[in-house]
Amino acid sequence: ARHNSYRGKKMAAVQDAPMELDAEKETKPEILSDGTSNLSGNTASGTLSSPPLTAGGAPKQEDQQTLIAVLQFLRRNKLTESVEILRREACLEDQEDSQTLDGSGGGKGDGDGGDANSLLSRVSIASAAAPQSTLTPIPVKSEYDQPDVSVVLSAYSQQGDPSLYQVYYSSLKNFIESVLDCHRAELSQLFYPLFVHMYLELVYNNHENKAKAFFEKFSGDQECYYQDDLRILCGLTKKEHLKGNEALLDFRTSRFVLRISRDSYQLLKRHLQERHNNQIWNIIQEHLYIDIFDGMPRSKSQIDSMSGSFAGETRREVNKAKVFYGLLKEPEIEVPLDDEDDEAENEEGKPKKKKTKKDSMGSKSKKQDPNAPQQNRIPLPELKDSDKLDKIMYMKESTKRIRLGPENLPSICFYSFLNAYQGLTAVDFTDDSSLLAGGFADSTVRVWSATPKKLRKVKSAAELNLIDKESDDVLERIMDEKTASESKNLYGHSGPVYGVSFSPDRNYLLSSSEDGTVRLWSLQTFTCLVGYKGHNYPVWDTHFSPFGYYFVSGGHDRVARLWATDHYQPLRIFAGHLADVTCTRFHPNSNYVVTGSTDRTIRLWDVLNGNCVRFFTGHKGPIHSLAFSPNGKFLASGSTDGRVLLWDIGHGLMIGELKGHTDTIYALKFSRDGEILASGSMDNTVRLWDSMKAFDDMETDDFTAATGHIHLPDNSQELLLGMYHSKSTPVTHLHFTRRNLLLAAGAYNSQ
Amino acid sequence: MTEREERRFAEVPRESIKLMAESTGVELSEEVATLLAEDVCYRLREATQNSSQFMRHAKRRKLSVEDFNRALRWSNTETVCGYGAQDALPFRPLKEGELFFVEDREINLVELALATNIPKGCAETMVRVHVSYLDGKGNLEPQGTVPTAVQSLSEDLLKYYQQITRAILGEDPHLMKVALLDLQSNSKIAALLPYFVYVISGVKSVSHDLDQLNRLLHMVKSLVQNPYLYLGSYVRSLVSSVMYCILEPLAASINPLNDHWTLRDYAALLLSHIFWTHGDLVSGLYHQILLSLQKVLSDPVRPLCSHYGAVVGLHALGWKAVERVLYPHLPAYWANLQAVLDDYSVSNAQVKADGHKVYGAILVAVERLLKMKALSLTLAAEGGCAGLPGTATGAVGFRENSLGLSPPPEPLSEPPLGIASHLQAGGAGCPWEEWTPVSLPAMYCELYSFFGDSLAVRFSTDPPLGGAPPSGSRQPLEGRKEPASGAPNLENTRKMPQLTASMNISPRQDGSPCMEPQPPSLAATVPGRSLARSSSSSSVSRSRSSSSRPGRSTSQSRDIFPKARFPLPQVGPPAFSFIIGGRQMGRRCQGRRFQTSFTPTPPLTTLPPRAYAHKLPVIGRVSKPVRRWTCSHYSLHLPL
Repeated sequence: ARHNSYRGKKMAAVQDAPMELDAEKETKPEILSDGTSNLSGNTASGTLSSPPLTAGGAPKQEDQQTLIAVLQFLRRNKLTESVEILRREACLEDQEDSQTLDGSGGGKGDGDGGDANSLLSRVSIASAAAPQSTLTPIPVKSEYDQPDVSVVLSAYSQQGDPSLYQVYYSSLKNFIESVLDCHRAELSQLFYPLFVHMYLELVYNNHENKAKAFFEKFSGDQECYYQDDLRILCGLTKKEHLKGNEALLDFRTSRFVLRISRDSYQLLKRHLQERHNNQIWNIIQEHLYIDIFDGMPRSKSQIDSMSGSFAGETRREVNKAKVFYGLLKEPEIEVPLDDEDDEAENEEGKPKKKKTKKDSMGSKSKKQDPNAPQQNRIPLPELKDSDKLDKIMYMKESTKRIRLGPENLPSICFYSFLNAYQGLTAVDFTDDSSLLAGGFADSTVRVWSATPKKLRKVKSAAELNLIDKESDDVLERIMDEKTASESKNLYGHSGPVYGVSFSPDRNYLLSSSEDGTVRLWSLQTFTCLVGYKGHNYPVWDTHFSPFGYYFVSGGHDRVARLWATDHYQPLRIFAGHLADVTCTRFHPNSNYVVTGSTDRTIRLWDVLNGNCVRFFTGHKGPIHSLAFSPNGKFLASGSTDGRVLLWDIGHGLMIGELKGHTDTIYALKFSRDGEILASGSMDNTVRLWDSMKAFDDMETDDFTAATGHIHLPDNSQELLLGMYHSKSTPVTHLHFTRRNLLLAAGAYNSQ
Repeated sequence: MTEREERRFAEVPRESIKLMAESTGVELSEEVATLLAEDVCYRLREATQNSSQFMRHAKRRKLSVEDFNRALRWSNTETVCGYGAQDALPFRPLKEGELFFVEDREINLVELALATNIPKGCAETMVRVHVSYLDGKGNLEPQGTVPTAVQSLSEDLLKYYQQITRAILGEDPHLMKVALLDLQSNSKIAALLPYFVYVISGVKSVSHDLDQLNRLLHMVKSLVQNPYLYLGSYVRSLVSSVMYCILEPLAASINPLNDHWTLRDYAALLLSHIFWTHGDLVSGLYHQILLSLQKVLSDPVRPLCSHYGAVVGLHALGWKAVERVLYPHLPAYWANLQAVLDDYSVSNAQVKADGHKVYGAILVAVERLLKMKALSLTLAAEGGCAGLPGTATGAVGFRENSLGLSPPPEPLSEPPLGIASHLQAGGAGCPWEEWTPVSLPAMYCELYSFFGDSLAVRFSTDPPLGGAPPSGSRQPLEGRKEPASGAPNLENTRKMPQLTASMNISPRQDGSPCMEPQPPSLAATVPGRSLARSSSSSSVSRSRSSSSRPGRSTSQSRDIFPKARFPLPQVGPPAFSFIIGGRQMGRRCQGRRFQTSFTPTPPLTTLPPRAYAHKLPVIGRVSKPVRRWTCSHYSLHLPL
């Protein structure tokens, strides 16, 4: 290990560029721990001894120079021990025949070359890391023939004969195709990451034509769900292009995660060792993370259901953290008795029934959910009187709620946006369904009243001075009757509005836009209160916490941010996605935030400490909709591939796949009791799914929980309860009213 | 063929790159072109891929030009303009030469602008609720139709529109009158308003035809007067049409025989009418108008008729507008005008005539400015004496109207503070912000230095506030009497200039020095201040010599008010010399002097002096009043 660290330092020093040494040190032992320490150790020790002798046979002269340069460097940085070792081994090596090197050592050299190459590439990429000032190399003339250090070291990136890449790859391919079926599926996972890395290496080393040929030959073998990435890769044939492409840079620097059973892995290892296919072995070591598990190899369908993301599957340990997915205790609010009497009068009879219901609700809220976070785990705003009133309203409404089920499907009201020439991009309803907000591509946000009650502004300050503040109807008096209208326009953004979200108390509205800001609007004055700047790129989505005060936003800068309305800077920055964060949602207990991304993964973040506590892969396209079940246990996600995936948050497992939509799913919503999941899509349909059945069917035995190897039943057709077409209106948003009426919204498309 | 199939993406060949380089004058080597071509391909592809995310988030299926431009913008690349049209651009092949291109037809803007089929407006975005599925079962009713913005006009309305436009723009004056009357009172033509506004905006196309312009202006007037029409934002369009008539050097103005002056006067009148009745519809309109008028006025390149328009426009907008725009601008403008007026060359005759027009217009404007300012001071002093200003301004307005010299002043209902508040409302960052009001005496002084006695005469001829009209005294030319000095309520308005006529009656036309006796003490005197200023001291050296106060300061001295002095009646034909243009303050140029000799016709002498005064400044406006004064001889020359 010490050797490794030395080497890392050396590389950094030689490159005279900032680099992340820590990452190198950390990741190296991880690989070694995979039961391959022997081989790795060999490689590591061989590193210093064997120069990058390529198969084509580089001139000996060059090797000498390389060694000299390295020695010189080590000496300058007082790494005397390394110098000694290198000296010794170089002398030994000098006596060796180049032929023998070709056999065993050459392979090792290649391996090292790969390593160096990756380091170099990383070095050239890294821009923000701290420079290591102590290691600045100043070319000093000495008795040796002085070659320029960097020039010499660039030879490391010239490892491996580019023409042999195809051979390497196809030999591996042949091997995998020849193994037993049970292993083949697992080992096939290697194809894609290897293909990409080999291709990128070729590109990086300026073997443009070789890269093209490589691509031509093997791109057809890849899984269909990688098509999007392959399309990007295909255009990329130059090293310069690589520099600007952040997604691929991340691909190179982050490790593609594979899950392979121990048996399959042993098989692979043996093969690679026998064939001395060090090129491939190096890539596996450098760029892949192989999560080895004991037990039966997974089937093809099992693998397929979990793969598809930009960076491979989830590491098992990532999803082991405890998530408090339970709901917070409802505050106890006394419902005024006279109201109950009123209701009893209004609706004849059944006061008893109502009472029992209320009791049951009360007991439910009193019982502390064992899976719930502590009430004060994150500070939440205190309830105001108006909030309490609203809660009472909510409870009253929920007594009138329709119980949905497979036999009792909800009615659907469609809110069609007509004449939305400017392009409807986002919709949100308030929880009580009284207001409706639309974000438009022409940078406006419009708010409509969904009830006959018109929208009114608060009077101006001068006028407010005149009103009687003691009167009972002061809240009514402060409103300016003259401004009453059915809709209000909010102007302020300078780019399309991509996300809108109402605050739970209906006093505020959030909107996120292409202009890089999130704006907070007052629904009392219909003016902009704050512009939150932080994402310097388009902000794709924003969502208010169910308790207000906090909100989350995610954008093109690949991070999600947690904000509080009274702070102009974010409280948390959730970084980890490899591509744009496309949608963000708060967990019902406000302790977690879920984000979906273009990298086809979903991450659940802990608001308290900003950690990523769940990492879900399985989608084959960018994720555009997310929804928590009302009890906080489950998560549904929809993506451009038209599939809805269901996740168990507590166990960190995929528990269902709902196939049926033919286009991007932009809206997902659970019914108020969680029995029904509604999904709305670009294909102009709303589909209702039996989420209860989906949750009940899942295997929850310990084994699956431990391994995460679920076997998804293909029961989408059974779960589909209904499919409803709109005339020509893509469904942008779905909302269940408090009584379980389903509201859908979208812009009518006349073409 | 196979090659093409394998190629999955559009590629820009290096030949194209070379061609493009050549078209900008760069010679590229084969190698560079190849590299560039590849890079261009990659960048294009990258931008396309980036743009698709904007499409996805806008929840569209179709990639728009806007999406692509956004992607370019975020990668710090200039956007591609000109392809934002909604409809797809046709991509056409050319048979010869295997060329493909996007069809990009030239559009005749004039045709487009003058076409009568007005594009439909956009309807308001709205949300319609519709119960799609009840209890998860069945479509109850179809989703319904989408309301469109502008219902296409009904047959009747279309007919009406055609008839009216034909009648108004046609030849028959009677028909036109009927049509205009109907347009003024018809309550059902709201739907046609945009069409009419559109027709009116065609003023630019008929700038050669005064008749048509007049008709269009009448149309404006009718529309404005129609109580059933809500003009809304169309006011702006109407105003711009009217402004066009006021300010533009119309093609019709080239021919001096065309009386475009009247058109401008009328348009200015209309402008003020629109503004006072509908100005509240468009915020900042007043300001915009003032700004554009100011711009014209300060642009020396513009022809004089444009300047004239600006002046009458300002005048029509009220004295505050004059005070704020014209008055501060006068010193600068005066030099230009003077140059025109001083040029006696034949070729300049036409321009000079125009110059006199402008001169007259300015005179009228500043005169009312002075009057109104004095009046407002009176008002301020008197506090709540509301009755007086109404009648006074009414009288002024009437008189001026009767003269036909200028558009009427603003409606009397206009509260005096109206303009000021307007200016403040829309005045953020405007150049008038630092404008400070000039005191009346100072203003008078300055104006006098420009206009000399002509200003004085005109100003003096107004009936004084509450004063008696001048009696027809035997004295042949009595400028005016001491203004009702007895009126106690005017005691504190003494700052107001009262008497400004300044005339010399010289025995001979050439104006040789005359023995002027002590002038009759008709001079305006402000109590407590000696304001006497002889006409001589103001400009004419000859007079100065005979001045009763030789010791008075030189021409540099600025007395607040000039004193009128009248010589004793003389034998022989009396000759009046008026200083039409006073000396400019601080400039060493002679004042302009008009000399007028009258044959002493009996009616003339018996005329009350103010009648002269009325007619005099008409010099600039040759058209009407002159005819009646056939016997008088106007000369425009410098006597000295």
